[in-house]
Amino acid sequence: MALSKRQRAKAFRIGQYALLVVVAVVLAFVADWSEIQRSFFNLDIAAEMFPNVITVALTNTLVYTALGFAFGLALGLVLALMKLSPVAPYRWLATIYIEFFRGVPALLVFIALSFGVPLAFGLQFDIYSTVMLALGIVGAAYMAETIRAGIQAVPKGQIEAARSLGMSHGRTLLTVVIPQAFRIILPPLTNELILLTKDSSLIYIIGLARDQYELTKFGRETLSRSPSLTPILVVGLCYLIITLPLGHLSRYLERRTGGKKISTPESTGLGVSA
Amino acid sequence: MSVDDVTGGLAVEITGLKKSFGTLDVLKGIDVQVNRGDVVCIIGPSGSGKSTLLRCVNLLEEPSGGKIVVNGTELTDPDVDIDAARTRIGMVFQSFNLFSHLNVLNNLMVAQRKVLKRGAQQAQDVALRNLERVGLSDKVNAMPGQLSGGQQQRVAIARALSMDPDVMLFDEPTSALDPELVGDVLGVMRQLADEGMTMLVVTHEMQFAREVADRVLFMDGGYVVEEGPAAQVIGAPQHERTQSFLARVLDPTHQGPRD
Repeated sequence: MALSKRQRAKAFRIGQYALLVVVAVVLAFVADWSEIQRSFFNLDIAAEMFPNVITVALTNTLVYTALGFAFGLALGLVLALMKLSPVAPYRWLATIYIEFFRGVPALLVFIALSFGVPLAFGLQFDIYSTVMLALGIVGAAYMAETIRAGIQAVPKGQIEAARSLGMSHGRTLLTVVIPQAFRIILPPLTNELILLTKDSSLIYIIGLARDQYELTKFGRETLSRSPSLTPILVVGLCYLIITLPLGHLSRYLERRTGGKKISTPESTGLGVSA
Repeated sequence: MSVDDVTGGLAVEITGLKKSFGTLDVLKGIDVQVNRGDVVCIIGPSGSGKSTLLRCVNLLEEPSGGKIVVNGTELTDPDVDIDAARTRIGMVFQSFNLFSHLNVLNNLMVAQRKVLKRGAQQAQDVALRNLERVGLSDKVNAMPGQLSGGQQQRVAIARALSMDPDVMLFDEPTSALDPELVGDVLGVMRQLADEGMTMLVVTHEMQFAREVADRVLFMDGGYVVEEGPAAQVIGAPQHERTQSFLARVLDPTHQGPRD
């Protein structure tokens, strides 16, 4: 009996669910659950990690990320404005910076800042400065492009309205363009923040004191004393505590700005018409 | 010595104005004079350069040649403080261009505070007074996105008025509006004209032009083709191009001569 198109699609879908069930059942019988529990879900080891995994590691990760993000945002804004500048050398400098730091691994920047710069210039940064500069320098390269796109997405009519009210170029930028640009780029910026949260783990390279551990270093340290992957799982979940809400926030903001964008109809270009 | 003694009662004086975009000559030598307190409507087919002319008056478009004097200040003088000059010239756009991140009150206050350096209390008083003028006192805290097009345009007019301008420029202020909202905006403009505001209005609203304008300019192909009292230019146009344009605008189904 020939099935109709719709019946075939339905049978195909049922087949896929059935396959999933079979895989799950096979895994449930084949897997060595006590072994898995011993290596991943050892509650004694997990309990031992508290409260330091929160009070020290999670807190430090948050602090390092916040420092890097704040510096990166400021530097990214400067770079974005340089890229949009009518002064050509500014544009070149910004482009070189962005291309370079987007292209090299963040780890290299951490190494350069913590070992290279002290050797070359005799400057010794403390850990907070190092993480702020390294994360910020890399983050700025990504954020600059995002911010530039946001600034260019502000409708031309908004700028014309501001200028026609007597605002100078700089005043218009500060009062009208930048606030609106940041509303537009809030979702992608939240994603940058998630990436920086994970990159903050690279600070391990400079060697940390116990109270400076962030999540990844803390997990590895615990791991070296315990024959189980449980510490890795615990710190992994701690990262999710940070990144999942951020991801949701990003999608929420995207929906909000996507639904009701800029209130004015698109400005009518150069005004050559009419 | 009053301003009138310097300018001879002229609010806007445009002499030999030219504007080109690349190789496209949009304005090919425009001479316009607007007396203080006059309402001048600019009509013409699309592409005739009428919006460009208006946008040259506050230098949103940089003229390629010619001279523009507003209230005795030559704006085309390279040394002029154009930002200061613009505070005396209000502009209303086709697409409203309210600051979308600010509520209505702040839209009206921001330039007063940042440009004119008025105090918060004074700026707010001026804003509320102008909001009342356009009949939107109840929308003080609304965001632009929550308002209808007609309301947004009236807020935009109030925003321009809050700078206490000497001249108001309107660039097709009702063209982006639903037909039933046009009347509210034209009503506000009519009231403004009655109060003696000097106004330059680019519009397709022939009825408004006929009733409110002291003078009408008809533009085509980068020139002012015909100008005179509203009743004459709209009611009894002399030039053939004016006649054919008006025939098409006033009676869109009319099968008259086309150019």
